[in-house]
Amino acid sequence: MSGPDLPVTQDTPSIRLIGTLAAAGALAGLLIVMVHVWAQPRIQEHQARVLREAIQEVLASPAHTTALYLVDGALTDQLPAGADSLALERVFLGFDDSNRPVGVAIIGAKPGFQDVIRLIFGYDPASGQVLGMKILESKETPGLGDKIEKDSAFVAEFDGIDTPLLGVKPGAGRGRIGEVDMITGATISARTVIAIINDRVEAMAPLLEAYAGRVAARDRGN
Amino acid sequence: MSAKKRRTATDDLLRGVWRENPVLVQLLGLCPALAVTNSVVNGLAMGIATLAVILCSNFLVSLFKHWIPDAIRISTYVLVVATFVTVVDLLLAMILPEVQKALGAFVYLIVVNCMILSRQEVFASKQPVGRSILDAAGTGLGFLIALLLMGSIREVIGSGTFLGFSLFGPSYQPWTVMILPPGGFFTIGFILLARNWLTARKDRRSATRRWPHDLSWERPAA
Repeated sequence: MSGPDLPVTQDTPSIRLIGTLAAAGALAGLLIVMVHVWAQPRIQEHQARVLREAIQEVLASPAHTTALYLVDGALTDQLPAGADSLALERVFLGFDDSNRPVGVAIIGAKPGFQDVIRLIFGYDPASGQVLGMKILESKETPGLGDKIEKDSAFVAEFDGIDTPLLGVKPGAGRGRIGEVDMITGATISARTVIAIINDRVEAMAPLLEAYAGRVAARDRGN
Repeated sequence: MSAKKRRTATDDLLRGVWRENPVLVQLLGLCPALAVTNSVVNGLAMGIATLAVILCSNFLVSLFKHWIPDAIRISTYVLVVATFVTVVDLLLAMILPEVQKALGAFVYLIVVNCMILSRQEVFASKQPVGRSILDAAGTGLGFLIALLLMGSIREVIGSGTFLGFSLFGPSYQPWTVMILPPGGFFTIGFILLARNWLTARKDRRSATRRWPHDLSWERPAA
């Protein structure tokens, strides 16, 4: 018994399929690498400019700044040989015209309502006050959660406020230290901002104190 | 160019803009159309990014159509589209970093936009380069126009602004729901309603022109 005659199809040789995909992949990779090499320095330049402007904003325009790197659990102003400055955790120490420190700009991040909220805030270790706050990255709900950066009254709450911060319902504050009026409709986002600042202050304050002690000892030695 | 060729070229270009608009008629690419059009800038940037990707990929697919074996054509098309999406994403990060952040993952999702893959499979893989470019330009423009329309309606009503400029003054209470996900569905619903109404009215009028009312001989005798 024989079945129906099926049309004979000419299969493309496997080597041709592999060769075509390999060539297409190689060309695609080449194009992506070329554009990446060309665009990356410009992207990093833009990111650095955004960070510089944010530091100026949260430290109220310091005359100059120095980056401190977190190396082996301690802050240092000397970048270890061969280390990538962008890969290390950094804080930025601001100075006034007479070279006196005015505060430290600290970056922090935590998951908010939609996605990770990344912010920078100025902190004065001497007084324990937050000097200002700016959102660097946020995808919070438009019209609600994004008020953490668009509501000027909320942002102004962080200009010169004692730590630790304490979120309270708007108008329900009892005059305690560190009270921040939350935003109606953006409770989770506002609470995240406060948590980021409190956590970063708690982690950085002892490190900054230790760094200040080392600098003072170094100055006395000179 | 002969009159017939000119007509074909015009049809290739204009087909995607209105008669077969990818969003408003074929209902393709609805995911980015709903997700990123909460402002004019986002809609415009997404439209331009998609237009660039469909133009470049249709050009390449049409140019190399005889070299791409049938068995691996879809994987090759996806590779081509993914390459241009990566390039567009890098360029966006360099030129418009804020917009690139706002668009988020939706730029990468252009890779799986069925509007692009369908134009490659249905048109670019069978037609000459010139016609494929015109088809891509028309489809991309149609997508851009739809996104721009949605972005404009949603930003004007939902934020009271156009391209960030205030339209109604500080007393305007924005309809925040329009820049939230439900606003996207309301807007596309109303646009589709308006477009279908216009098309139906046009069809009725041309039918009336073709069959005048005084054709009483067609009516059955009483």
